[in-house]
Amino acid sequence: MKMTGAQALVKSLEAEGVEILFGIPGGVLLPVFDALYRSPIRKVLTRHEQGAAHMADGYARATGRVGVCMATSGPGATNLVTGIANAYMDSIPLVAITGQVATNLIGTDAFQEADTTGITMPIVKHNYLVKDPRDIPDVVQEAFYLARTGRPGPVLIDLPVDVSRGELNYRRSERVDLPGYKPTYKGHRRQIKLAAQAILSARKPILFVGGGVITSNATEEVRALAEEEHIYVTHTLMGKGAFPETHPLSIGMLGMHGTRTANYVMCETDLIIGVGVRFDDRVTGKLSEFAPNARVIHIDIDPAEIGKNVEAHIPIVGDAKTVLKELLAVLRELKKGHDPVDRREWNAQIEEWKARYPYNYDRSGPGLKPQFVVEKLYELTKGEAIICTEVGQNQMWAAQFYKVERPRQFITSGGLGTMGFGFPAAIGAQLGRPGELVIDIAGDGSFLMNSQELATAVLEGTPVKVAILNNGYLGMVRQWQQLFYNRTYSCSCLHRERRCPDFAALARAYGAMGITVTDPEQVEGAILDALNAECPVVIDFQVEPEENVYPMVAPGAPLYDMIGDLLYPVEKVHPEKAEEPFL
Amino acid sequence: MKKGVEMKHTLSVLVENKPGVLARVAELFARRGFNIDSLAVGTTERPDISRMTIVVDVEGKSLEQVRKQLHKLINVIEIVDLDPEESVSRELVLVKIKVTPETRSEVIEIVDIFRGNIVDVSRESVIVEVTGSSRKLEAFEDLVRVYGIKELVRTGKVALPRGK
Repeated sequence: MKMTGAQALVKSLEAEGVEILFGIPGGVLLPVFDALYRSPIRKVLTRHEQGAAHMADGYARATGRVGVCMATSGPGATNLVTGIANAYMDSIPLVAITGQVATNLIGTDAFQEADTTGITMPIVKHNYLVKDPRDIPDVVQEAFYLARTGRPGPVLIDLPVDVSRGELNYRRSERVDLPGYKPTYKGHRRQIKLAAQAILSARKPILFVGGGVITSNATEEVRALAEEEHIYVTHTLMGKGAFPETHPLSIGMLGMHGTRTANYVMCETDLIIGVGVRFDDRVTGKLSEFAPNARVIHIDIDPAEIGKNVEAHIPIVGDAKTVLKELLAVLRELKKGHDPVDRREWNAQIEEWKARYPYNYDRSGPGLKPQFVVEKLYELTKGEAIICTEVGQNQMWAAQFYKVERPRQFITSGGLGTMGFGFPAAIGAQLGRPGELVIDIAGDGSFLMNSQELATAVLEGTPVKVAILNNGYLGMVRQWQQLFYNRTYSCSCLHRERRCPDFAALARAYGAMGITVTDPEQVEGAILDALNAECPVVIDFQVEPEENVYPMVAPGAPLYDMIGDLLYPVEKVHPEKAEEPFL
Repeated sequence: MKKGVEMKHTLSVLVENKPGVLARVAELFARRGFNIDSLAVGTTERPDISRMTIVVDVEGKSLEQVRKQLHKLINVIEIVDLDPEESVSRELVLVKIKVTPETRSEVIEIVDIFRGNIVDVSRESVIVEVTGSSRKLEAFEDLVRVYGIKELVRTGKVALPRGK
């Protein structure tokens, strides 16, 4: 069938099952948007390209499908960059399509020209510069295949305007043929057997789960492994939802702002069963003192993650679900006629820590505590909302006090730590899961970084709720300045005589509902009002300005060295004591 | 120098012959902080596939990371870490050497010993082509340095595994 490149692109997107895309048109994308006009694909016009990328990302995280975003050449493409990098760090399937100047102008510094494939090379799984309209069907098919298979990630297609206008005979290939891309899904049998033996003989095992479990839909298998072998489970920030946090075997998140229990467990364990994790620095603390007594089983689909930060004694490359299924079968077989190892002492120890060290904060003060707000949100939504977060203190309090039960229920920028992610991600998540309650737990600093998307939220009819924990500071920066820089609040204060802006008024300016809360007594009413509203709502919770996130493993410190328990007043911590680079 | 030689690994990398593949490989090395000693790219017996011969200065865990990260590039098809005992490798050097009527024959003699070729002659200089291992080329360079090297260019190393 003869058609233009732009029509072939749209036809290919439809063939991939794309139902929605996020973007902003521009000069070189006009042929594409013209072709899209008649397509059933829903077009969400955002107010900034970064918003488009984060919305596609939030949509992908909430649904498990590939998110699609689109931007014009030059500034449109560079505005996508943060969003693409964000998806790359968290392994989110994304296809970004950018317009490009005509092929004969490439390299001439033409108007709105940027080397988009060059700029994005380090932050994509793969990218394409299409030079011939006949390549479009195959490129789109490959891009979606690459984005969603193996370790997922963003793929970018750069489309020069003459290629969009050019003609071709549309033909979709039967299958994708990429000689250099063969992800391993099935784990090595012998390695799985070794892992099973190690699990059966471990006295102090811990199951350590991350975002890979959610990507691979392996939550059932994780639960089966934990329950059948009675092994406690800790998770990374990205792994929130991989195992129900209210389950008796859950010991919560570990790492910099994780539970004391999880961090102590890591210091004592003799066997880490790591599934879909990458042993990031925020999780390990001081690497040389991380889990000194442990053997490590590391299950991951990306071989490059295994042994990158922490040595794996039993590496298993494969898809988490496939490997765990096999592991469970082997365990069931091996257990027959085997006396189980006595782990009563270990289990009792963990229970004692759990009882002694829940997340806590000083509830005595008269002011409004951010933790209290999150607790109330949890209570009034019965723990069932999809929670998106911004980055910083708001993100950590959300992670600590909003317990989630299901995968894809907690959406946060883990690896890149992108302020301004949560709100557009919430809009994307809401569009992907229309019937659900979606809440962005935000900071006053982060929310302003993409607040222009209030227009998108209102016009697209997405009733997302934004709970701003407004402390008038870049809160986590201020916390570090307080702890490590002698309380020198250099450029972290966002208010002067008054807080700025008036977030409730800002919301109203866009046609959303705005509520200001200054007193703990008003919290419940405000949240209920927001939940009952059918439009987007921004609640400005004006919280205690100098509240800190605790416990905290200081950067470069080992996991057992946590500061900020209620029992131990916080003194200044000296980063120069850290032996590893101070991050 | 000696220590450096032992750290070096020659990776023979088969890649799809597509635009931008070299940039992807170079960018990966730069981004991950891996050092490239030399890199040679050329076509193979198949027009759709190129071979890169990359000499890297890493060992152990880092070498493992180099290989794994390279493998993640979609256009990379195969990576072989060539064992020096089990492979043949060559480099080529072109040297423009200053000569006088007195030294010309001495230079030609050295070139002969190294089985090199004189590919250009002028009154004041000769251009010599020598192929061989890195060590052989270094030895040649050392010997002719006294006559005066005006210009010099070396290709990266290319290598193939020996037949079984």
